[in-house]
Amino acid sequence: MSDTFKLPLRDRQSDLPVLLPLKVPEPDVLGFSRWLASMPGWTLPALTAVLALWPVYAMAQSTFTTERVLSTLLKWTPLLVTKGFVLNILISFLTVVFGTIAGIFLGLGRVSHSRVVRLFSWFTVQLFRNSPWLVLLFVVMLTLPFELRIGGAIIPVPDWMKAVFGLSLPVMANIAEIVRGAIRSVPSGQWEAAESLAFSRTQTLWQIILPQCFKRMIPPWMNWYAIMTMATPLVSLLGVTEIITLTRQAMEAEGNHPSLLVPFYGFALIIFFAYCYPIARLTMSLEKRFAVKL
Amino acid sequence: MSDNSPWKAGQPIVSIKNVRKSYGSIEVLKGISLDIMKGDVVCIIGPSGSGKSTLIRCINALADIQDGSITVEGQEVHDPKLDKLALRRKVGMVFQQYNLFPHKTALQNVMMAPVKVLGQPKQEVEARARSLLKKVRLEGKENAYPGELSGGQQQRVAIARSLAMQPDVMLFDEVTAALDPETVKEVLVTIKELAADGMTCILVTHEMGFAREVADHIYFTDLGVIVEHGPPSTFFDNAQDPRTKAFLGQIL
Ligand SMILES: Nc1ncnc2c1ncn2[C@@H]1O[C@H](COP(=O)(O)OP(=O)(O)O)[C@@H](O)[C@H]1O
Ligand SMILES: [Mg+2]
Repeated sequence: MSDTFKLPLRDRQSDLPVLLPLKVPEPDVLGFSRWLASMPGWTLPALTAVLALWPVYAMAQSTFTTERVLSTLLKWTPLLVTKGFVLNILISFLTVVFGTIAGIFLGLGRVSHSRVVRLFSWFTVQLFRNSPWLVLLFVVMLTLPFELRIGGAIIPVPDWMKAVFGLSLPVMANIAEIVRGAIRSVPSGQWEAAESLAFSRTQTLWQIILPQCFKRMIPPWMNWYAIMTMATPLVSLLGVTEIITLTRQAMEAEGNHPSLLVPFYGFALIIFFAYCYPIARLTMSLEKRFAVKL
Repeated sequence: MSDNSPWKAGQPIVSIKNVRKSYGSIEVLKGISLDIMKGDVVCIIGPSGSGKSTLIRCINALADIQDGSITVEGQEVHDPKLDKLALRRKVGMVFQQYNLFPHKTALQNVMMAPVKVLGQPKQEVEARARSLLKKVRLEGKENAYPGELSGGQQQRVAIARSLAMQPDVMLFDEVTAALDPETVKEVLVTIKELAADGMTCILVTHEMGFAREVADHIYFTDLGVIVEHGPPSTFFDNAQDPRTKAFLGQIL
């Protein structure tokens, strides 16, 4: 140990490992938003132009004129948006609300002092993060009853509501990881300081640790919202009449003409893009702002 | 503090007896004993890794011990039935890295524990917090966030934050080690005033001039044992152990 004597004074400062902030290399939690936000601002007008001009090229093999395709699409637009896309938004919104609430508690469970709670939370997170979403959706669809009896009241559970529960599960697991990562990113000195001031573990968590990492959780949380919105068409496979189901039905009503395929699905693409692109841009700018502040 | 501990004035306020502590298979404290009387200022010095931080973290039960005993005002700290809240309001601690809560202002940092933990009335705590900030010469910085303060200012907020719990003993772990040389002095002055007011202080420090000036007693630790101790005059001018001499030779 005598060699430590020979260190210059500055190097002899405390090196308690427990006081150093944890440095864990993190995977890119904002991958989707980063990709979406990296698209230039003219992507949306360009997509729209392609869609509007498409039938001109397709005309050669069809009897449909550009005007006829566009007017058909225009006729269906109000229904597709108000009955279809609005439901997609509602599903994504409720999914993220339920997933977030459950995910916060699951994430807290991941850092619990109790081994049993930690193990249970870990298992739940692994299960729902790694299961295919479609499998989760089908399982929930088939196991949940179509109505609930609470007391004398019968509450129907529509299919789209079941879809919300199904999609909430992976969101819950991923939010739990966000919460856990944020808690662990707070230097352990904060825990020690709080402990030395007689704060209990629960008080420390809710009054000192979580308020500090709240901001840090917003960008990855918004990223999950965008991912979830983009994933809502999955539920059309279960017969929920959201925008993709309605698009298919609209095309059927118009005689399933092949010339309609690209404009109709293209319209769905554009409306999803128009909704998610600003969210992704906001996510990235918040990420940048909070990163500097930290 | 009105608990029914058997402690009486005249007995050591902090008594450490034969304390052993290991991290895994590595023994960090190898039988440490020292007594601190009320109002004493004790400095612990020694090379890095000798267990100084570990020792003072054991005093307020931030770390547990494997053998021996530590009492604060007669109460065994490592008793599993210990009322940790009672212990921690008696023992304040200031860290090298300040560890202020970054999302709270200076005033809120100082007020938080008495209000949230002890449930004391807000007005009363606020008045006390403001006068403590004044005492550490931070009048006018009440509404500043830690990020807006210099290291020395943050460290003085941290001292005020500990004092707000009205402790009987203060622990300082190399509180000036992370500071710029210019701001070291303002923190030392604060501690010196605190000691002059009669606060019992246990300091880990590398500031030898300061230790000589304020300490009643100096302990030199190396490799988990107390190698030598004594009042500053004998300790600094008349060190006996070769390890102490080597250390002092390096540092002075
Ligand atoms: N939480 C911990 N886990 C494992 N080893 C630790 C921990 N804290 C301190 N140590 C080890 O204990 C020894 C004493 O550390 P410390 O008390 O910080 O010494 P000092 O404060 O005198 O520099 C060092 O070897 C250090 O690596
Ligand atoms: Mg140390």
